[in-house]
Amino acid sequence: MTAEQILFLVTAAVMLVAAVSVVTTRNLIHAALWLIVTLFGAAVLFAMLRAGFMAVIQVVVYIGAIAILFIFAVMLTRRELRDRGPQLNPGWWLAAILALLMFSGLVLVLGGWQGLWAAAPAYPSEFDSVQALGQALVSPEAFVLPFEVASVLLLAALIGAVYIAFQRKGKEE
Amino acid sequence: MDFWRNPVTDWVSGLLVSWGLSPEAAHVLTAFLAVLVLISVVMVLDIFLVWMERKIVARFQDRLGPNRLGPFGLIQPIADIIKLIVKENIYPRGADKVVYDLAPVLMMMSVLLLWAVLPLSPILFGVDLNVGVLYIVGVGALGTLAIIMAGWSSNNKYALLGAFRQVAVMISYEIPMVVSLMIPTILAGTMGINGIVQAQSTWFIVLAPLACLVFLISALAEMGRAPFDLTEAESELIAGHHIEYSGMKFGLFYAAELLHAFTFGGFIAAFFFGGWRGPWVDQYPMLGLLWFLVKTLIGYWVFGWIRYTLPRIRIDKMLDLNWKFLVPFSFALLMFLAFMHSLLRGTEVYVLGMFLSNVVFGWVTVEILRRQARQERSRVEGARAAVNAGQKT
Repeated sequence: MTAEQILFLVTAAVMLVAAVSVVTTRNLIHAALWLIVTLFGAAVLFAMLRAGFMAVIQVVVYIGAIAILFIFAVMLTRRELRDRGPQLNPGWWLAAILALLMFSGLVLVLGGWQGLWAAAPAYPSEFDSVQALGQALVSPEAFVLPFEVASVLLLAALIGAVYIAFQRKGKEE
Repeated sequence: MDFWRNPVTDWVSGLLVSWGLSPEAAHVLTAFLAVLVLISVVMVLDIFLVWMERKIVARFQDRLGPNRLGPFGLIQPIADIIKLIVKENIYPRGADKVVYDLAPVLMMMSVLLLWAVLPLSPILFGVDLNVGVLYIVGVGALGTLAIIMAGWSSNNKYALLGAFRQVAVMISYEIPMVVSLMIPTILAGTMGINGIVQAQSTWFIVLAPLACLVFLISALAEMGRAPFDLTEAESELIAGHHIEYSGMKFGLFYAAELLHAFTFGGFIAAFFFGGWRGPWVDQYPMLGLLWFLVKTLIGYWVFGWIRYTLPRIRIDKMLDLNWKFLVPFSFALLMFLAFMHSLLRGTEVYVLGMFLSNVVFGWVTVEILRRQARQERSRVEGARAAVNAGQKT
């Protein structure tokens, strides 16, 4: 086994344990912290695929912003940080069957796919993935339209948030 | 991405291969050894940073500082460490033990991880990450997490309030920091920190002094040092997020804070003051380490200077400073400098033109601020005059 494979197996195991812990732990802050471990594992996987930009963005956006927001929301909205209700609802067996079907379907599909066992082609030595990504985001042949649409959507959300939070003068008195 | 590839590590892994290890195992082992050595050196350096910090603050406050143990009090930090280690380890009642123990480790980690991308000399760096600039921001997120973990797990209201404040500050000051770091990125044409250093045939402090200023301010806020040390404002919160920590766990927070300042001194050196660049580096690449350390220590001293000179800012003023001034300022500066850069690049007046455009930009900003301040003052004085006139009649 190569060092990379060992690293992948360790990361995958940690991610699985953390992901299961997110839903099984009763302490909500612990659940958020386990979620951070899972997200960090995803960043490690990105880094191992030599997608350094995605890895760093994963940490900045998901851990630096979203997970911190989760923690804030939990701390500010709940007095009791422990979940006391039952952890399973009556339809749990349906979800289990669906998950099992999904998993076996994925195994079947991937088992018949040749690319699963092929070694990944090596990168050219001077390949700069950040530059390639940047050019893809602004080139008309690639992703310029989804990129711009996403920008407009985010801007609209931003303006909407400001509009909702904005206090008009004279209204508060 | 080659991790820790330089003549020294190549020699070590060659040695390991000659002892019968496979090349890949030798490379992994060498990388581990290199990380271990780097972290050890940085941690030992940290011990002397404590001494330096105490000497600097003593001079600023007209004292002598530690001078009893060893020459110039150099052994004092060792005595401090022994004291911290033998102190009792206390868990506050109702603390979340695992998270409580994890927080100082994560805090230290978030600083040590930064050293992976700092280019110490042309050939000596952890990894020349092609997203180095963003990596700094990502690692800063881990520091935020450590603070919120410490504040929450201590089961103390002061600690939690301090953590909330610090997180609010860190999240908001991240924006001007990222934007000010985009300016060296644009000037150098790469996000790799070693590439940015290599591109500085003229130091970026000449081409973009205002970006350096914005980065300095937002770095101070990110580190939580005075004048932005609201998280531990003693008069309000006693000690902030590390209020309940004792012994070496508190020591880790303290060491992380000092090392953070030193590391950001290194980043300022690398982004704006030419990093390892200096005379004779071309002939002797390892000499870059010396230049880098000199520049970093000057940066560290400046952080200390600011810390012990300025009073603490109130939290609402601090957030106002960020959202109402630094964020629009840094965005406008980014657009302006990017425009000037593409306009002047390759011409003979490039350096002079960039410097002068910074001066003009700073002058216009100061003029706008002055006009606003005058309006505000006349508004306040007019209101006061009206009140006074009303009282007289």
